[in-house]
Amino acid sequence: MIKRGDIPTKTGFGKGMADAGASYPELVVLGADITNSVGLNFFKDRFPDRFFSLGIAEQNCAAVAAGLALGGKIPVFSTYGVFAAQRATDQIRVSICYNNLHVIIGGAHAGISVGPDGATHQALEDIATMRVLPNMTVLSPCDATQAAKAALAAVNQVKGPVYLRFGREAVPDFTPEDLPFEVGKGQLFRDGSDLTILSTGHMTWECLIAAEMLQEKGISARVINIHTIKPLDNQIIIPAAKETGAILTAEEHQIYGGFGSAVAEVIVRHYPVPMDFVGVNDTFGESGKPDELMAKYGLNAQGIASAAIKLFKRKSL
Amino acid sequence: MNSENYYAGMDLIRKATEIRKDIILSLAEAGSGHLGGSLGMADVFTVLYFNVLNHRPDEPDWQERDRLILSIGHIAPVLYTTLAHAGYFPTAELMTLRKLGSRLQGHPSRETGLPGIEVSSGSLGQGLSVSVGLALAGKMDQQNWKVYCILGDGELQEGSVWEAAMSASHHKLNNLVAIVDRNFCQIDGNTPHVMELEPLAGKWEAFGWLVIECNGNDVDELIDAFQQARFSDDRPVVILARTIMGKGVKSIENDFRWHGKVPDDAQKDSFIAELLLNQ
Repeated sequence: MIKRGDIPTKTGFGKGMADAGASYPELVVLGADITNSVGLNFFKDRFPDRFFSLGIAEQNCAAVAAGLALGGKIPVFSTYGVFAAQRATDQIRVSICYNNLHVIIGGAHAGISVGPDGATHQALEDIATMRVLPNMTVLSPCDATQAAKAALAAVNQVKGPVYLRFGREAVPDFTPEDLPFEVGKGQLFRDGSDLTILSTGHMTWECLIAAEMLQEKGISARVINIHTIKPLDNQIIIPAAKETGAILTAEEHQIYGGFGSAVAEVIVRHYPVPMDFVGVNDTFGESGKPDELMAKYGLNAQGIASAAIKLFKRKSL
Repeated sequence: MNSENYYAGMDLIRKATEIRKDIILSLAEAGSGHLGGSLGMADVFTVLYFNVLNHRPDEPDWQERDRLILSIGHIAPVLYTTLAHAGYFPTAELMTLRKLGSRLQGHPSRETGLPGIEVSSGSLGQGLSVSVGLALAGKMDQQNWKVYCILGDGELQEGSVWEAAMSASHHKLNNLVAIVDRNFCQIDGNTPHVMELEPLAGKWEAFGWLVIECNGNDVDELIDAFQQARFSDDRPVVILARTIMGKGVKSIENDFRWHGKVPDDAQKDSFIAELLLNQ
């Protein structure tokens, strides 16, 4: 796959929602004071009558969204993932998920690549708190092009609650324009036979670079992009375990309870093989440049490649 | 509202007594649940479903209906009993309350498909926000229906209620009427001791609401209050309804210990006797 340039996934999300707004008149957007930084200014500018400002009040915002859904709308509420997924967790659980309402929650500033803002604003637990909720669909696109498709899919492929996670930093935009986005389907981005790297979000580009590094060392790595963390695509994960015999997961999130844990739940049930996890290891983040942080926490291509080498050695024991 | 479900005066009072009796019977059968608040709000619910609300029990999803959002899900027994008496489902089903497989969950569940349940609730502090969302949707679509939201007074200690209150007046939701069950009782004791709420009318006014105060156990005062609420300017309306927890059963009235208790078999009969005596 070829990188076309660097674009933040929030821009993909925002433009995708604005485009969806043209086809779906029932789509409404709630503002939580940071409308521009979550990319929803595109929607607000095009459809000012379908945008409601609710101020810095995430708990209210989540339950207002539930009420709008009861009233026949498809509401989108988005703020930084730490606040969207955690400040309002009980409202999401009871008012949105228990009622099984079609509400789209945009979790911005996902991962440690948020950078200088530091630990309070780096969403590293949101996958865990959202995927545990019944009825919830969790989406995590890997680049801006995919984020736009995920936004549309959240509107027209899902009937219940959706959590859609995206980042702030400009990251490589590389997925083909014509690559379909089907909720619940993993995507084979590179074939390989020695181990499989299952990746979600911004990590997927790094995983593709890591696979190149591994190739030079004679290790053939399969890379699968998982844009839907819930429901997980068992049909692509189980054969990968059978055919390559080792699974490495990669996410910009805590290892505990996140995407890797979700994959492990599938692997232990269906086809146990050696497994390891690239992610944040039970610690808070800190301030720094995004690339410095990704390197320090072992989340860049180098970190993924060295985890893969260790895993490959374990498999070969 | 069809005429067979439109009551006034003594008929409303008699209907409220019938509803209280079925609340006592269903809670005694369930063996757990919230009696005090359910009895205290029986007059409000009777007035709403038999006088105020525009609704069709035989067509629960009727698009033009007024929406009632029960934020204090724990007084589900008064909602269920009133819905059954209004004709949404058979009163016999009330005796399945809180049992395995019942549509009458401990707190209201929309997913059970029980007719008349607008939203699942039970976690305090969320219903007013949900009502704001519904009222916004109604305004967007230029609908005439209103949203009625039932809040508890103890519930107002949840901060998100005030986020919702702020947003309702900001968006000029004069199609929203909140009713506060002002009984001064919560599980740990009386509200002034647990967490003072006064000056309560002043708080709502400061948040941009039209405030109406009334006796929540007097059907005529309630009808007047709801009538006034129809003619707000551009403000949302809150009715602070002073109620007596356990109303109708003198021996438990105003006793906060009856927030989450139910009568045993012997108490059940004496409570119903008290109820009929006091009518």
